[in-house]
Amino acid sequence: MTWLWFNKLASPPHFYRIAGRWIPWLAWPAALLGIIGVVWGLAVAPGDYQQGEGYRIIYVHAPSAWLSTFTYTAMAVTAAIGLIWRMNVAHAVSASCATLGASFTFVALATGSLWGKPMWGTWWEWDPRLTSELLLLFLYLGYLGLRGAIEEQSRSDRVCALLAIVGVVNVPIIYYSVEWWNSLHQAPSVMKFGKSSMPASMLTPLLIMFASGTLFAAALVLVRARGEVLRRERAGNWIAAAIGANATASGREGE
Amino acid sequence: MTSPPSLGSLARLQMARDLRLALRRGGEWLQPLLFFLVITTLFPLTFDPQLSRLRDVAPAALWVSALLSSLLALELLFRDDAQDGTLEQMAVSGAPLAWLLLAKTAVHWLLTGVPLVLVAPVVAGALGAPYATIPALLAPLVLGSITLSLIGAIGAALTLGLRRGGVLLGLLTLPLTVPVMIFGARASALAIAGQPFVGPMYLLGAVAALALALAPIAVAAAVRINVE
Amino acid sequence: MNLLEARQVHLWRGEIHVLRGVSLSVAAGQCLQLTGPNGAGKSTLLRVLCGLLPAADGQILWRDADCTRDASPLQRECAYLGHLSGHKGELSALENLAYLCGLRRRCSEAELDAALQAVGLHGGAQRRPLRQLSAGQQRRVALARVILQQTPLWLLDEPIANLDVQGQELFNGLLAGHLASGGLALIATHQPLAVAEASLLRLELAA
Repeated sequence: MTWLWFNKLASPPHFYRIAGRWIPWLAWPAALLGIIGVVWGLAVAPGDYQQGEGYRIIYVHAPSAWLSTFTYTAMAVTAAIGLIWRMNVAHAVSASCATLGASFTFVALATGSLWGKPMWGTWWEWDPRLTSELLLLFLYLGYLGLRGAIEEQSRSDRVCALLAIVGVVNVPIIYYSVEWWNSLHQAPSVMKFGKSSMPASMLTPLLIMFASGTLFAAALVLVRARGEVLRRERAGNWIAAAIGANATASGREGE
Repeated sequence: MTSPPSLGSLARLQMARDLRLALRRGGEWLQPLLFFLVITTLFPLTFDPQLSRLRDVAPAALWVSALLSSLLALELLFRDDAQDGTLEQMAVSGAPLAWLLLAKTAVHWLLTGVPLVLVAPVVAGALGAPYATIPALLAPLVLGSITLSLIGAIGAALTLGLRRGGVLLGLLTLPLTVPVMIFGARASALAIAGQPFVGPMYLLGAVAALALALAPIAVAAAVRINVE
Repeated sequence: MNLLEARQVHLWRGEIHVLRGVSLSVAAGQCLQLTGPNGAGKSTLLRVLCGLLPAADGQILWRDADCTRDASPLQRECAYLGHLSGHKGELSALENLAYLCGLRRRCSEAELDAALQAVGLHGGAQRRPLRQLSAGQQRRVALARVILQQTPLWLLDEPIANLDVQGQELFNGLLAGHLASGGLALIATHQPLAVAEASLLRLELAA
């Protein structure tokens, strides 16, 4: 039963349709949770004992950091699926994750830097979290560079899939080595906001933002992936029908 | 039908050919080594010539220079063979491609990594390392240079098809070498300070073992795609 | 018995449908000549058959075993001569052959020498760096390699392109010998092949 569903998803027109259906179910809850989380986190939750109001940026920073890694993993998993089962759709999804993941990484770095300024007094510190994020950004940029450099679609897909898989194996090792390195030098680490040490009034909006971010990322990936599938299959004769159907269905939300 | 050649004879065949080729090309194989020396010379020039201060930056200088010179030699690892059809013939021979490419990577290490390790004591001394500690420096560099060759081979295989793959090769490979660099430089720093460095060596060994097991598979897969 | 079979092989290069349901079957002692305009997919078909390019759809069978996903059974018994020779200019003909054949089986010095003699390369020429030989001579070395590999299946892409009349006669002789001993060959070429009509198949690929 699951296998049937999986195979159906591999067909571009089906994927286009099914993804189109899912997007509202992901996007609206993401928006709702996002609003709740932002309001709660920025306005309602109490100030931190040590850091005052400045810590609130964690509500954007931590989800971004989580999403940057999550998206890379999703990119690698879909890449592996595309390689093993030769699914063009999987490669399209994988490609869609790349720019998005890089953006999340950039946001995590920017918010981390903004957080650091009031806390440490500097715009940058070689904190293990920030350093790992920076290295992840380099991994993403390398991937995007390789994507852009290879013209033929099939080769580009498969070579980048290999890079994503090699990268995802390396990411835990890189994170570990950076933590290890940091523990030797005891550089300042503001990001040590252990989730267990946060009271519920702070933790809950954070978890809400995590959930919102994940749904948002999933929705965005699907939107991009649909566009990517359209672009790759532009010679297909299902396109006109699919776009026409989409135009009439958009009047009925969440179908 | 005679039986296919053994893994040992394939490795010998591939390595003999690559070594013979490198030596036929004159002194070209020495260039990464010279590059290593030039980059390490830049450190006292851009930092501080006093040995007591240079000592602090010596591990970093050694490892960064080793990495960059290894990268430089990577371009040549597969490019020639891709362009004249040798990789094609290797892929069509029915012999295990990952094994043949591992043999090629081994030659790369023999020509780039080994000379570097042999010259490193001299460089370390020039950068202020106490002479008594220099022998201890070699072990991390041996493990590290092997891993750098393996990881670099992945980058080289991925960027095979590109005309101007050089800079992208570096960009792709460098983040992947971070663990080796961190553990290796730490091991060298401890060695220079005369302290035991078993911990980082174990970590280096683990990364090297992982690279040895997985890199050839990735390299072979990338070569097959790029040889189409 | 058909040793090599292809059934409805499809391949896309980017958006171009290069191979559109190509089917063929070749038995021992037969030679298949591939013809067609440039870009029709002759080279592509040969590369798909020897496993360099993965087919998008269809089947390739060698000795009735499916080689579509894993071409190694076919590769071990096939010699492929494409546009690129796989030779290194700095190495001599002997050294190049020793390597390329060594990938498949142990070759003695005597065998290498005999093969090179058979294609008209003697003594000193065998030991000079390959780049000092003419294009025609280098092509002959490539033919020597094909013979040395001692495989039943030959996949040759424009094998006689750079050869003079003597070279072409030489090739015809080698091909005849190969077919006579039960081998089979697929050759992409426009020039007429000196093969008996009974053993010659033709496949024309349309652009």
